[in-house]
Amino acid sequence: MEIPVIRNILEANDKMADQLRELFTRHRILVLNLISSPGAGKTSLLERTLSDLKNEFTMAVIEGDCQTSNDARRVAATGAKAVQINTDGGCHLNSSMIMAALENFNLEEIDILFVENVGNLVCPVEFDCGEDFKIALLSVPEGDDKPEKYPVLFEKSSAMVLNKSDLLPYVDFDVERATRFATHLNKDMPVFLTSCRTGEGLEGWYNWLRDALNQKRN
Amino acid sequence: MHEMAIASSLIEIIQEELNKHGATRLLMARVCHGKLTNIVPEALQFAFEVQTQDTPLAAATLEMKEISVTVACGGCGKEFAPDNPDLFYMPCPHCGREFAHEVLTGKELYLDHLEAE
Ligand SMILES: [Zn+2]
Repeated sequence: MEIPVIRNILEANDKMADQLRELFTRHRILVLNLISSPGAGKTSLLERTLSDLKNEFTMAVIEGDCQTSNDARRVAATGAKAVQINTDGGCHLNSSMIMAALENFNLEEIDILFVENVGNLVCPVEFDCGEDFKIALLSVPEGDDKPEKYPVLFEKSSAMVLNKSDLLPYVDFDVERATRFATHLNKDMPVFLTSCRTGEGLEGWYNWLRDALNQKRN
Repeated sequence: MHEMAIASSLIEIIQEELNKHGATRLLMARVCHGKLTNIVPEALQFAFEVQTQDTPLAAATLEMKEISVTVACGGCGKEFAPDNPDLFYMPCPHCGREFAHEVLTGKELYLDHLEAE
């Protein structure tokens, strides 16, 4: 017999992501899903953000990692609550992992929740985790052609962070080119050129966070 | 290899549909995937094979049907089907605009139908 179906294959994940979004909205939490290659500096950006804004907001982190809990420890050292999800080699987080991790938090207390996804520019993009925004993070030693090679990520992200700007004098990275391609895909996307070492550009990123939280709450 | 996770969601849906229709043996499942998704068809087929080994679904074939891209031009609004779709370069045959079109088809991922006994 022939059985017509027409069902979205990711329906289970997407449905739970919608439940997460409702929950976050009810608790007035801004949720950001950080996506980058391994080593681009997601954890460093979080360490700086959590330390610099800790008197302003209560922030929490869900750390996705293939193994180890090194990143969660680094983040927790800032005083923010961090929960580690080990994917056992899995290449992305999904919404049921996020739902399970939430048991460790008091949602009443959180203003901003960061999801640090597994280092990978392809797989995490397909799995909605109930976030308000995906943030694409790229570091300048990786090369300015990343938006061309991984267009779906940049198309679906709401902001791009170009990290390790202190290394610009030593690498061939054309900021204008990376920005041009990313904004071709996503014309209103803000781009932040940052260095977590010198602090360059972080204020712009912080202001974006403040605005995004304000908008979520109004 | 997010295709592993996609295959396991797919298998769950197939199982549900077979139960709903009182079928026990799956012959074929057809999945439609848009050309602009991050899916590698061979990887999904491989993942499906691995995860159905030694199950009642093992003998089934997984057919992958690609859905081509159509967009509405971000400049003039006319719809067209680019020859070589690429998120960066899909020149509009009417006004020449190369990027930032609205994608109408080409991002789907769904189970279309099953053949079963
Ligand atoms: Zn046009």
